[in-house]
Amino acid sequence: MWLMLIVLLPFLGSLCVAFLPSNSKNWEAWLAGLVAAASTVITLCYFPTIASNEVATLRYEWLPTYGLNFSLRMDGFAWLFSLLVSGIGILVVLYARYYLSEKDPIPRFFAFFLAFMGAMLGIVLSGNVIQMALFWELTSLVSFMLIGYWHHRADARRGARMSLIVTATGGLCLLVGLVLMGHVVGSYELSDILSSGDVLREHSWYLAILVLVALGALTKSAQFPFHFWLPRAMAAPTPVSAYLHSATMVKAGVFLLMRFWPVLAGTEAWSYIIGFAGLITLVMGAFVAIFQQDLKGLLAYSTISHLGLITLLLGMGTPLAAVAALFHVLNHATFKASLFMAAGIIDHESGTRDLRQLTGLRKLMPITATLAMVAAAAMAGVPLLNGFLSKEMFFAEAAGFGSGNTWLPTLAVIAGALSVVYSLRFITEVFFGPVPSGELPKTPKEPPRWMRFPIEMLVVLCIVVGTMPGVTVAPALNLAVHHMLGAYTPEYSVQIWHGFNLPLLMSVLAFGFGLVLYFLLQRRYGISRLDKVPLLHRLDGQREFERVLLAVTSFAVRVEEKLTSERLQPQLFWLLLVTLVVGGLTVWRSPIEAVRSPIGFEPMFAVLWIVGGVCAVAAAYQAKHHRLAALILMSATGIVVSLTFALFSAPDLALTQAAVEVVTTVLILLGLRWLPKRLTPDVTGVKATLRDYRRRIRDGLLAVAIGLGMAATTYMVLMSAGPTKLTDFFIQHALPEGGGTNVVNVILVDFRGFDTFGEITVLGVVALTIYALLRRFRPAPESIELPAQRLGDIKNVAPWQLARRGYLAIPAIYFRALMPVLVLLALYFLYRGHNLPGGGFVAGLTLTVALVLQYMVSGTLWIEAKLRIRPHQWLGSGILLALLTGVGAWLFGYPFLTSHTAVVNLPLLGELHLPSAFLFDIGVFALVVGASSLLLIALAHQSLRSHRRHFSGKPPTLRKRGAMRWS
Amino acid sequence: MMTLFIGAQYFALACFALTMLFAMIRMLKGPTAQDRVLALDVLYLSVALTLLVLGIRFGHDVYFEVALLIVFVGFVSTIATAKFLMRGEVIE
Repeated sequence: MWLMLIVLLPFLGSLCVAFLPSNSKNWEAWLAGLVAAASTVITLCYFPTIASNEVATLRYEWLPTYGLNFSLRMDGFAWLFSLLVSGIGILVVLYARYYLSEKDPIPRFFAFFLAFMGAMLGIVLSGNVIQMALFWELTSLVSFMLIGYWHHRADARRGARMSLIVTATGGLCLLVGLVLMGHVVGSYELSDILSSGDVLREHSWYLAILVLVALGALTKSAQFPFHFWLPRAMAAPTPVSAYLHSATMVKAGVFLLMRFWPVLAGTEAWSYIIGFAGLITLVMGAFVAIFQQDLKGLLAYSTISHLGLITLLLGMGTPLAAVAALFHVLNHATFKASLFMAAGIIDHESGTRDLRQLTGLRKLMPITATLAMVAAAAMAGVPLLNGFLSKEMFFAEAAGFGSGNTWLPTLAVIAGALSVVYSLRFITEVFFGPVPSGELPKTPKEPPRWMRFPIEMLVVLCIVVGTMPGVTVAPALNLAVHHMLGAYTPEYSVQIWHGFNLPLLMSVLAFGFGLVLYFLLQRRYGISRLDKVPLLHRLDGQREFERVLLAVTSFAVRVEEKLTSERLQPQLFWLLLVTLVVGGLTVWRSPIEAVRSPIGFEPMFAVLWIVGGVCAVAAAYQAKHHRLAALILMSATGIVVSLTFALFSAPDLALTQAAVEVVTTVLILLGLRWLPKRLTPDVTGVKATLRDYRRRIRDGLLAVAIGLGMAATTYMVLMSAGPTKLTDFFIQHALPEGGGTNVVNVILVDFRGFDTFGEITVLGVVALTIYALLRRFRPAPESIELPAQRLGDIKNVAPWQLARRGYLAIPAIYFRALMPVLVLLALYFLYRGHNLPGGGFVAGLTLTVALVLQYMVSGTLWIEAKLRIRPHQWLGSGILLALLTGVGAWLFGYPFLTSHTAVVNLPLLGELHLPSAFLFDIGVFALVVGASSLLLIALAHQSLRSHRRHFSGKPPTLRKRGAMRWS
Repeated sequence: MMTLFIGAQYFALACFALTMLFAMIRMLKGPTAQDRVLALDVLYLSVALTLLVLGIRFGHDVYFEVALLIVFVGFVSTIATAKFLMRGEVIE
């Protein structure tokens, strides 16, 4: 349970901080600090458990059949990492409290910061590898938000995007790799995977798994050739650089390699892929770091180089090298985080990070200078500091690697010398030299006491670990190594003095070369005047990245241009063509057998269908030239369809069809007002070409084919036997299990309740989308003019005044009186829908029709001054009610949307069946009312715009406060 | 055997069918939009009446309710179209 809190607390804290007001700087820092401290303390409390070689686990089953569980697992290795993440988290919070200015959106910073901490702890403590990949991607995402924290800056946005693309793509590869790994092992649980190293290494998929996992790790840890995102990520605020991009997140990659070291390492492929990536990164990063003029750029490249060192150690594949790698992770986190913080202070106090401008700060900020110098010395690997110890171990491993090779030790010494050079450059150029006199944007001074405190802590750690490794870090390191390597745990000792041996000689050589090289570069070549990296400046990963990105984007745009169209006609054409082909193929491959015989000729039907069919064809014919006539004809077809349903004993459908028909007609009429007038060829002077005729014939043929196809399908369905079992099931179970005698309605709200729920959700989404589109819709200039019919109106009399007093006075009174009757009708259909034809859908439409009627006769403004219709509330409460009804079944231990019928005896009303599906139906009702009235009213409000233009008079009554915003 | 009652039903249905046919012709021919609207209204009405006769014929009151709904809401499309023709806008 406590294990859960370590991961959960940061996320909860993140949520809390996000809702704090933006001016409560201290509150946010306190909360974030307390959360980080709580995670640290809980982690520390696990020490006795871990020390007794136990593994703390926690598991909640989620999809056990698929092997997906929420699972946390803390062994010594994870323990050390979570201590690192949460411990440095506390210090960075304290630092950030002073670093961020009042103008920055501080809650956002701490919210993302805590979210990152939670995600990072999630990676470290995950006991399920899929879950680990999830947290992995989460860190990429939060890192994106934090790099882009100052999103007004273009470099921040670009850097954030680059890091996200690189690390998230790597994360995807990792996910695939982990899925493969889980498939091979047969379980996604980390403990199962860790115990099946031999299975994995001998499996034929081993190489694929290795490459995919390596891609994930190398992108995250900024290893060559994916290193280029890290320097760009330096656009982030410095606390972020210190925490994410030096101490923790970039360590996730090497963490992963260490975690899977026992199962993946030890093969030739592992050494080549991981080892060479690390080696190239180590040397290249150190070389490029020397020539950076930006303080944070130098630190970024040195971070890349140090990560390369760790990767190289892991790639060597020997247990001792892995121990050195783990030790160096800790050491690097301490000295690099403190260096970043020092760089942030220098930037903060002097206003610049340019090494060419900074000079002589030793006099102005002596304490910070001392601290930074100690940290930089640790980075260079000076004895008695922690960096020395792990570097010594690295030299020992490099010297002992293989038999009789000289190139690896040589490269190791070169890399060591280069790290001495950039450390020296950092120290001498920033802190030594003449005291600046006015060249800097600001005059530097010591930072606030507590801003320096985190650096002091980390530097003390550097020294304590460097001088007394045996009593400080060794016990924890032993535990971690034991759990990381398991059976491979080697004999080793962490101590300062190993005697005069080869590694010591290499250290001395590295220092000597480093000093000489630095003075050469400084005196001879004028390192400060160089504006590009010698030799390697052509090798620009960032430029390549941009190029690839551009190529991909333009390719996507070209494909989109080729394959899509903004015009509706081609879209519709292809849609229908595909429907025709797919439908035709389906029927052709498995034709439905006609088993029924026609029921005989009925003259009434014949006449009815002639009327419907002729109207439908005529509507299609008129659609282009005479919209209103087409609409009327379509309406006629609709009502004939409704009557057909009634004749075929489907009164439910007949009811719904009739109501839908009316609402559709009004909806299209509302839209017709805003369609431009048809321009005849004699107005435009454009004649139809042969091509136009061809297209029209083509479209006409398709339309006829689709129509015939629909007719044929319907005919086949009517003549086929149909799945009688299903029909019988519904009819038999409707009353006993659904609690209703109306089978159609019981199917909708009970048996197929989940489908209905999906449908009403879609309806709500569509309504909201149309509302959103119409809010910003502005009619075309040619249709904003008053309709011709209104040109004879009395001048400057608004339509609402005209309507109320004049031509609509009597209908208005009549329709207002009709309103309660229609409401009653709607409620009646709703109430008895479960047992007899009716239901929420019809009822909702009826109520909408009643509302629209009032709008028509009285005008928008009059109605809205009297009656506030809130479609959004209707819509929202409808869907909530339906959802709660469904969820309610859970309370009684039934699946979602299980209906329960209560039979009650009430006075006056008698015995009543009250199924919970009735509540669901009320939800449907409310949603339909909300969605359809939202559409109609949103369209109706378009007219107000033209009124505002044509009438200067005030509307009759002011709209109340809290009114809906329609435009 | 065809009683007077059944005969009357058939007669009524035939009349409604004819009405629908005529309404359809008016809708197709026009000539004015008002003619078409009126024809649509007639069509709605005859559908509702047909449903009532069918209800009598099959002895089921569900038909009556469908007719009720059509009568109550069906005229709204007529009103809307009429308003559109008169004012150029349905809701002002």
